[in-house]
Amino acid sequence: MMLRQLLRQAASNVAEPAPSRRTFLKGTGGALIISATVPLGSFAAEAAGPAIIGPADPRPNVFVRVAKDNSVTVLVKHLDKGQGIMTGLTTIVAEELDADWSQMRGEHAPADSKLYGNHFFGIQGTGGSTAVANSWDELRMAGAAARLMLVNAAAAEWKVPADQISVSRGVVSHKPSGKSATFGQLAEAASKQPIPTKVTLKNPDQYSLIGNETLHRLDHVSKTNGTAIFAMDVRRPNQVTAVLARSPRFGGTVKSVDDQAARAIPGVIDVLTLPVGVAVVAKNTWAAIKGREALSIQWDDTNAEKRGTDQMLAAYRAQAKKPGTSAARKGDTATAFKSATKVIEAEYSFPYLAHAPMEPLNATLEIKDDGGAEIWAGSQFQGIEQPVVAGILGTTPDKVKINTLWAGGSFGRRATTNADYIAETALIAKALAAKGMKVPVHLVWTREDDIQGGCYRPLVVHRVKGGLDKSGNLIAWEQSIVTQSFMAGTPFEPAVVKNGVDATAVEGAADMAYSVPNMAVDYHQMASPVTTLWWRSVGHTHTAYAKEAFIEELAVAAGKDGVAFRLALLGDKHPRLSGVLKLAAEKAEWSKPLAPAPDGSKRARGVAVHESFQSFVAHVAEVTVAKDGKIKVDRVIVAVDCGQAVNPDVIKAQIEGGTGFGIGHALRDQITLTDGLVDQNNFDGYEPMRLSDMPEVEVHIVRSSARPTGVGEPGVPTAAPAVANAVFRATGQKLHDLPFSKAGIV
Amino acid sequence: MINLDINGKVRAVDVPEDMPLLWVLRDELNLTGTKFGCGIAQCGACTVHVDGQPTRSCQLPASAAVGAKITTIEGLSGKAAAAVQKAWADLDVVQCGYCQSGQVMAATALIAENPNPTDADIEAAMDGNVCRCATYVRIKAAVKQAAKLVRT
Repeated sequence: MMLRQLLRQAASNVAEPAPSRRTFLKGTGGALIISATVPLGSFAAEAAGPAIIGPADPRPNVFVRVAKDNSVTVLVKHLDKGQGIMTGLTTIVAEELDADWSQMRGEHAPADSKLYGNHFFGIQGTGGSTAVANSWDELRMAGAAARLMLVNAAAAEWKVPADQISVSRGVVSHKPSGKSATFGQLAEAASKQPIPTKVTLKNPDQYSLIGNETLHRLDHVSKTNGTAIFAMDVRRPNQVTAVLARSPRFGGTVKSVDDQAARAIPGVIDVLTLPVGVAVVAKNTWAAIKGREALSIQWDDTNAEKRGTDQMLAAYRAQAKKPGTSAARKGDTATAFKSATKVIEAEYSFPYLAHAPMEPLNATLEIKDDGGAEIWAGSQFQGIEQPVVAGILGTTPDKVKINTLWAGGSFGRRATTNADYIAETALIAKALAAKGMKVPVHLVWTREDDIQGGCYRPLVVHRVKGGLDKSGNLIAWEQSIVTQSFMAGTPFEPAVVKNGVDATAVEGAADMAYSVPNMAVDYHQMASPVTTLWWRSVGHTHTAYAKEAFIEELAVAAGKDGVAFRLALLGDKHPRLSGVLKLAAEKAEWSKPLAPAPDGSKRARGVAVHESFQSFVAHVAEVTVAKDGKIKVDRVIVAVDCGQAVNPDVIKAQIEGGTGFGIGHALRDQITLTDGLVDQNNFDGYEPMRLSDMPEVEVHIVRSSARPTGVGEPGVPTAAPAVANAVFRATGQKLHDLPFSKAGIV
Repeated sequence: MINLDINGKVRAVDVPEDMPLLWVLRDELNLTGTKFGCGIAQCGACTVHVDGQPTRSCQLPASAAVGAKITTIEGLSGKAAAAVQKAWADLDVVQCGYCQSGQVMAATALIAENPNPTDADIEAAMDGNVCRCATYVRIKAAVKQAAKLVRT
């Protein structure tokens, strides 16, 4: 909640020309200028406006296009990177339009922050699990407006009163006369109808598509037969492929390059030394990769990170013991701890993590004759990429056309505050053009580039102290959070970092729902050239773990059941959190202990509950701990309350995937550095969750007609602590340092 | 020039002999359904069939594929493939979808050889195919459903 509000405020900051502090942008004159100055209120008017375009209609279509072939296409302004938003937003329109699901299509909208801005950000962009919430009103209005225009067109053509016309599954009918027509047949006439200024939206009890579990995803076939086109698959005439050699140490720069051997590789076209590294441009990807391997580069590490993560972690741990900047304060913890009968403390550490989306980062960019550019990418922050590329090329953002394609995952990685990989592509294309080679450039990051390329979930240390009174009530809570800020130095900083506290680092902790009369949360901001970024569920990736694992330790110290202890702390002020907790516990048969395994392995359940991005999730994990201490997560039961469920099956899929994402990384993933060099470089060292690691997952969705909220991220935060709490209950082992493999149990 | 038998057609390509089949398919023949994920045979996104066997094309030099029958997702056909693709679609397995060509290739090879796979068989055949979206719950279910379709 906090992040979204702050990002919305951030819109006013990014609307002003704000020079980026990122060195390579500064070096190339790429000032971040974002032209999203349209008041938020105008979006709704646009939404209800030109809803239909027919062959004779010159008006710009915004969200819905009804074609003569009877297809209805929704222009989806959010990036579908697997979360199913193409399906979700199309469903919302189809519902109000009374369309038949089989006639619905979706396509990524063009890049245009004025028409397609995210109301929470003020610019076009996808993130923070905002897409459904952000589009809910405007797309219902767009669908309803389109429906009304079809009805009015039919009324005019048939010369009957509009209120006698009904619409059902894509057919407009007038029962008294027996007349009917498809949307396609009415499209042209409807496009000439005046734009409605008022529409009536359905009540939830009238929904037949929203909430319908039988709808298939729009991409369920194209992504199983190889026909779906990702950025990686774009092939333009005369296209060249580039790979970039970046400094192996974060913050390093190129000192000297010997590219003789690289240029001798068949297929290598050119080698370019740029502020961001050394680019090898070739006829194909293999030649580019071979060419890069043949480069000999001396790096200047003067300003580079030369520490290892062990040293960094030691510094973080030392810092955690000191007072920091206050992020939340209530009551008097010092006095409360003196009166406590039991005081426990714990320190949690979280490693750097790579996002590692399946489709490595890549983009194709073509410089146009008018000085502008056309880009093909799994673009997530179009509203930043347009002005950044415009700055590099010396043009205006409107001259930068972005074709947003299906993205092969993101998990936050493509939502960069400096357009990183797209800016790199622009720099290479510009350098080539300057040498007379104006060709489309496809920049490909290899998996090694991805794993070693930073933008990690930051390294974090939490130090937590809790006090219980003689009845086992939690009376005092102190928490110290030590981490890097990935908002500092970006255009978002003024809005997100307030009074020295980065909201994205303390979300889920500073606003903890559990009622504690005396509470203090401190924040410590550490600095390093290692780049960091939001990673699926952002601050909640670590705050939910520290909070939920420590609450379990307090529950055990108080001699209380994990669910009962949490419910008591939530009281009656958090009915939706209590609701998912009770639902998950009930579905998991929490009150009945798990039967021990026949071979003597220990089995136990663990629970965790958390709010993130205004959605509420509880996980119950069933874990077996073998005699050798190795764990297996057998089954996970999840309850989610995300308001009105638009596509229940997509929600289930997101919660299944979020659960796997949370547990997979907790099991064995970490990015470590030795002398500033990243130790892992591919999926052998940074091994993702595999099928055999995946537990059974059972998802229960709370029935609700509250405004819909997101599900892309909220499935992640509670998955790992539920597993940790199950292990703790089974064996007493406290998992304070992630990943779990550090404790020898994986 | 190297001659490769791809999806039933012989294609002549002018590439260095050590170029992995993956890049021949993607960059030379525009068969982009086969994906680049890791380049070191650790993720399975590049899985194709070589003489019916699921093979990581990122680690197979083009010269080593001469004389073999190569099938990519674009040329996939037959009862097992149809069953797998139907089950994948019926269960809405995909999320981002980038790994799914490889998943479908691996699952098809499994079911063509073993139409009644146990959970352990599925794990053995599919563990090399990474899905970062963690669609594994549905992959397991879809393999079972496809196997059932093939058996009936």
